[in-house]
Formats: sequence, structure tokens, C-alpha cells
Amino acid sequence: MKVTIDDISIEVPPGTTILEAARMIGENVPPTMCYYSKLEGSGGKCRSCLVQVTKGSEKDPRPMPKLVASCRTTVMDGMEVRNTTSPDVISARKSVTEFLLINHPIDCPICDQAGECDLQDLSYEHGLSKSRYDFKKRVFEKIDIGDYIQMHMTRCIMCYRCVMVADQLTPERVHGVLNRGEAAEISTYIKKAIDNEFSGNMIDVCPVGALTDKTFRFKSRVWFTKPVYAHRDCKTCSGKVTLWYQGAEVLRVTGRKDRWHEVEEFICNDCRFHKKDTADWVIESAAPVSRHSVISQNHNVYEVPVVRKKLQENNKPE
Amino acid sequence: MGLQLLLEHINKPEIETIDGYIKHGGYRTLDKVLGKMSPDEVTEEVKTAGLRGRGGAGFPTGLKWTFLDKSTDKPRYLLCNADESEPGTFKDRLIMQKIPHLLIEGMILSSYALGCRTSYIYIRGEYMFILRILEKAIKEAYAKGFLGENIKGSGYSLDLYVHPGAGAYICGEETALIESLEGKRGNPRIKPPFPAVSGLWGCPTIVNNVESICTVVPIVNMSGAEYAKIGIGRSTGTKLISASGNINKPGVYEIELGLPVEEFIYSDEYCGGIKGGLELKACVPGGSSVPILPKHLLLKESNGNPRLMTYESLSEGGFETGSMLGSGGFIVYDEKQCIVKNTWTFARFYHHESCGQCSPCREGTIWLDKVLYNIEHGLGKESDIDLLWDIQHGIEGNTICPLGDAAAWPVAAAIRHFRHEFEYHVRYPHRVKDEDHVYQPEMNYRTA
Repeated sequence: MKVTIDDISIEVPPGTTILEAARMIGENVPPTMCYYSKLEGSGGKCRSCLVQVTKGSEKDPRPMPKLVASCRTTVMDGMEVRNTTSPDVISARKSVTEFLLINHPIDCPICDQAGECDLQDLSYEHGLSKSRYDFKKRVFEKIDIGDYIQMHMTRCIMCYRCVMVADQLTPERVHGVLNRGEAAEISTYIKKAIDNEFSGNMIDVCPVGALTDKTFRFKSRVWFTKPVYAHRDCKTCSGKVTLWYQGAEVLRVTGRKDRWHEVEEFICNDCRFHKKDTADWVIESAAPVSRHSVISQNHNVYEVPVVRKKLQENNKPE
Repeated sequence: MGLQLLLEHINKPEIETIDGYIKHGGYRTLDKVLGKMSPDEVTEEVKTAGLRGRGGAGFPTGLKWTFLDKSTDKPRYLLCNADESEPGTFKDRLIMQKIPHLLIEGMILSSYALGCRTSYIYIRGEYMFILRILEKAIKEAYAKGFLGENIKGSGYSLDLYVHPGAGAYICGEETALIESLEGKRGNPRIKPPFPAVSGLWGCPTIVNNVESICTVVPIVNMSGAEYAKIGIGRSTGTKLISASGNINKPGVYEIELGLPVEEFIYSDEYCGGIKGGLELKACVPGGSSVPILPKHLLLKESNGNPRLMTYESLSEGGFETGSMLGSGGFIVYDEKQCIVKNTWTFARFYHHESCGQCSPCREGTIWLDKVLYNIEHGLGKESDIDLLWDIQHGIEGNTICPLGDAAAWPVAAAIRHFRHEFEYHVRYPHRVKDEDHVYQPEMNYRTA
């Protein structure tokens, strides 16, 4: 099936979503705050990946009347999509970013997610420099959900990813969304209830700092740590992880994340929270980091696209 | 009174009992349809009748029925959407409360046409007393053999259940209704797949409004072609209008589509004019979520023709000069009503009823509410009006379900047609702080 996104055509298998097709192209990919390719049924909620379909398909060339969520719309043969080349899409994305930020505390200086936060990236690209919201921000009563995971409900953007992780990875989901609308919150209802060996993956899938690692809390900023791929022989999970070093000390263990900030394989709590010694692990290599990331400073980066290399060469001062 | 198809016998004694209903010609369609007409023939009748969904969107009911996926072996379901929660709309309640058997008869016919073995009536939680009325009526219908196994010896069997919601406006959205009926959180689903392909428990499902289903009864009685003769153009038949606001005779009226709006408001047969002899200022013609229209646009279309009560005429000119027939919640405002306050009331409702699933609606509706509160209470700034416009523009069309649009349209229309009132509010905060303040056009605030 042929799909054209921002004038770039690509052949994709049937059933591919517009977002997946854009990721195959690899340029100008719509941002995702709630979609997670490893979680079934995710996506469609944050509306930051909205795109315009200017031609439905070869058979039915009518454009779609509204912007569609690219993460949940499958491509049709001959579909034409406008992402960053459509002013409507840019304006809608601006609005969505503004909506996501009005009740977000924007406490990045004290947030452990800062530096690897999807919301930071989104607002850097599409946000306004000044908030137009001059009311009190929403606050929630703090709840303690266990010994490993710190929850800040004020930072949450209701992507439902952690709910799906609990649904799809663990035998029994004990947390979910309570209340409605503005008052909707992620909660366990019974305090300290989240206790099973894969619960730590909630931290990895959280796009913002709503769920963070208690064992890493306030230890360091992520851009002061160095990611290193490592593995160990684990009975419950694949054991393939990223170790985050500061000096010789392992400060944090996470799953291996790809270019789209999605973990390749989910890991167990034992690997994540208890194995913080280099002796526990077999070190593989330095982990690649996106060159746009603050973590990339002096670190190993993903390959620089050819176009950019040429540009850099041409723009060299003489 | 004009032609009455649904409300003809509404005031007859004992019409709520099955015997009283049969005495006035009820359930005779069963003999005509079951075993005599094929399900497709019934669907064809409804299609010929040109019946359009009475719940708000106005989508042709017969066409919707043909979308039902009949290729699978899965059971099919018909759901009756009785979650009537739109502010200003109270027509379904009247039918269910006074002639519950009309709905049950409509459910049997529609279920037969769609080939459903089990059907549900999803009723809003606040209508608990009506749920009891319906349950009693269903019991009576079972006793007479109109429901259950082998109805009237035709070989067709149907089970009908009533299910109460917990009081959420969002559960009136068809996919949220399905989620709620499945026992989950009432969040709308992302479409596609549409319910006609994968609905209740993943089976093909049709969701119809109470009035649409009831209308199937007169359509079968008088034949679709005959029904299509009522009304104008693509707006066929009769429609229940819930008239409320500053009028002399608020209530539910059955009108033939094509009645001029002016006649509906001023004629003694219907609303009976504006209360207290005041001037008409504005009107919301289809329930709180459709755009408000000022007097000059309400009575006349932009080309000068009188505006009629039809789907087409009310939406003439798009939202620039038109509105929508919607669910028929006709709210009339006299000259003493404050449009800003009214808009704030609507915004407060949508803020309260947003499900919180997608971000533009969850965050946008609360923002609209807060900004409108400020303007209404004399705390607003001049820039707030443009901000409101930006917020509603950011919500409209960008949400999963139509609740976002429903929250955005009234605000957009109020600013479009009554911007001077918003400006008056932000420029004269000390005047609007008074609870009973009214915008007074003679105070020329632009030069004052």
C-alpha cells in the first residue's frame, strides 16, 4: 500500500497506521504522548499526533472532514497525509500543547523526568513562551502507591499508558482512573497496593514525570548520567537493560529505549530496583542517544542523517 | 394542533397500561410485520420514510440500519439510547413516562428488522422512576406474549432489558453508552471501528434514540411512502420539540417538520409568544450544544426567506448564520436574559460532564468555564474574549467524541453573534457585578 506523508511516499503493509508509516519514513514524525506501539489499544487520547488526510484513498479520494489521530488511523492505498506542511495541524498541535500544559505544574527543575520528558520536547517544539492560563492549577491529594514508584498526579497528562501496562503485563490490575473530567486521576484506591514484579514498567512508559523511580529520586539529573547497555541472566525477564552510570556508580536501571522513547523489552522489578551493582551485569556497549537530547552531550549518538552532514560541511566557516 | 403521530393518545386514560394502549390501536403493527414482512422490508420502509435520527445528529436511520454487519455469526444488538441529558431536551422522557408501550412496540419492530435476539434500553440514572415504569410495561408485554420466545407464533424471539446509567451525560454518546453497558468506565471509544461493525461485546450493534425507535411504529402503520409525504424535502415526518425558556407555554410539542420558526414561537397552538409581552432576543433551537441564534437570524434565513423547523433550514449558511435542529431542545430567551451568563452556564455543564479521556476536552472545557466565570462576574479582561475564541477553536474537531464540539459551539456562536455583550462585561465590571444585571444597548459604552 502506498501512502504519501508530507510529499514523501512509502510502501507499507496493510493495517499500518499513519504514525507507523511516518516512523518508517523517519522524518517529521507526529509527536506521541499516549500512543505506545508495545501496548495494545493505546493512543488516540492526547491528540498531539493529529494529522490532516487530504486524500482518503485511491478508491475514495475525498479528504477526511476532521483532523485524525495518526496513531489510530490505518492507511489506505493512495492516501495522502499532511503533517507539518499543514497549518491546521500545526495550529491544532499548538492548542493541544497549550491544553496539556495549563494544569501541568512545569516543575522541571525538581522533576526527575526532566531531560527525557516527552512533554518537554512537545512544548519546546509547539508551546507558547508564556502561559495564557492565569488560574490556580489543579492539585491532587498525594497518595503513596508503594516502595518503588513515586507518583505525582499533578504532572499526569492522562495518557492511560500505565493502566494498560498493568492490564497487559501483570496478572491483576490494581490501579486505574477514578473520577471524571477535570477530576480524573490515576489512583490505586487502596494505598501501597501496587506490588507485583513488573510494576516498574509503569515508570518507563510514563511520558512525563508522574511516575518516577523512588530508588533514583533526587540522586542526579539524567544528563549527568551515562547510559550503558548491559544484560544479565534473569529468570523472570529478558534481562536486557540500560544502566545509567554516574562515575562508577549505577544510579538507575531502565529498559532499553528506542528512537521513539519506547522500551524494546519490558524488564522486571528485580533487575530494575535491586541490581545496582556493576558486578550484577555484563556490560555490552554505550547506549545510543538522540543527538537532540540533553543526554547526548559527549555521549554516543544515533547516526547523523546524511543530509545534515552535508549541511554541516557546507556551512563550515572558512 | 397539527398532525400527531407519537403523541396522539398521550392524554387518554390508562394509556400507560398495555390494555389501554391496545385499545387505542397499540401493537397492531406486530400482526402486520412479524412473519408477514421480511426484516429487510421493514428496513426498506424506514428508508423510504426518510426518517432521520432524532437524537441530534440527524443521520438517516434506515441507512444506519443497512450498515449493520450481517456477514458474521455473532449476535446483533439494538440499543435504545434513553440517556437523554442534553440541557433543554426532555421529549423522550414524556414518551417513556406516558406511553412506555410505544417504545416497546418500536423496539420489537426495530429489533425484528435488524435481526436482534436481545435488545437493551439504556436509560439515564436520573430517570429511575421511568425505569420502573418501563420495567412494569415490559412485564406486561411478556405476559401478553409480545416479548420472549416465539412472539405471536411468528417464530421470532426477543428479550428486552432496561439498564440504568449512573448519571453521566457522556454515556449518551453511542460508544460510551456501549462501554457503560458492558460495565466499564463510560469513555467514548475511538472510531473506527463503528458500532455497526464492532459494538457491544464486539458484536454488530445499532444505537438509536428513543424518538427514532418510536417513530418506526407510525411508519409501519401508515407505510414509509405515506410518512415521507409529511414534512419538507429531506426533513420528513413529525418531530418532538421540547420548548422551554421565556415563553408562555413551555412543554413538549409534536410538530410537522417545515413549520416556520416564527409560527412555532408566537402561535397560541405552540409556545404562545414571549412571556410578559417582552421582546424575543435569541434562541437555542436544538439543545444546549447547538449554536445560539439572535432574533434576526432565527426568524429569517440569511437570504430573507422565513426560517423553518427543518434540518436543512435551521442549518442554512453553516454556523455563520445558522444553527442545528439537534435533539429539538428549543430554548427561548427574552430581552432581559444575559447571553454571557447563559454561555457560562452551558460551559459549566460541559466542564462537569467531560469524561477526561482526551486532552482538548478535559483541559479546554475547564478553561472555558473559568474564563467565562471571570467575564460574567466582572473580573474579565478585554483579551479574554479572543482567548475564549482560541480555546474553543482548539477544542472543536480535535476530540475523540462530539462532546468537545458541543462545548465549543455555544461559546463560538455567543461570541460571533453577541460579542458586544462580552465587551460590555469586561468594560463595565462594576455594572455586571450586580446579580440581576442586563446588557443595555442604549448605554453606548463604546463612547461612554
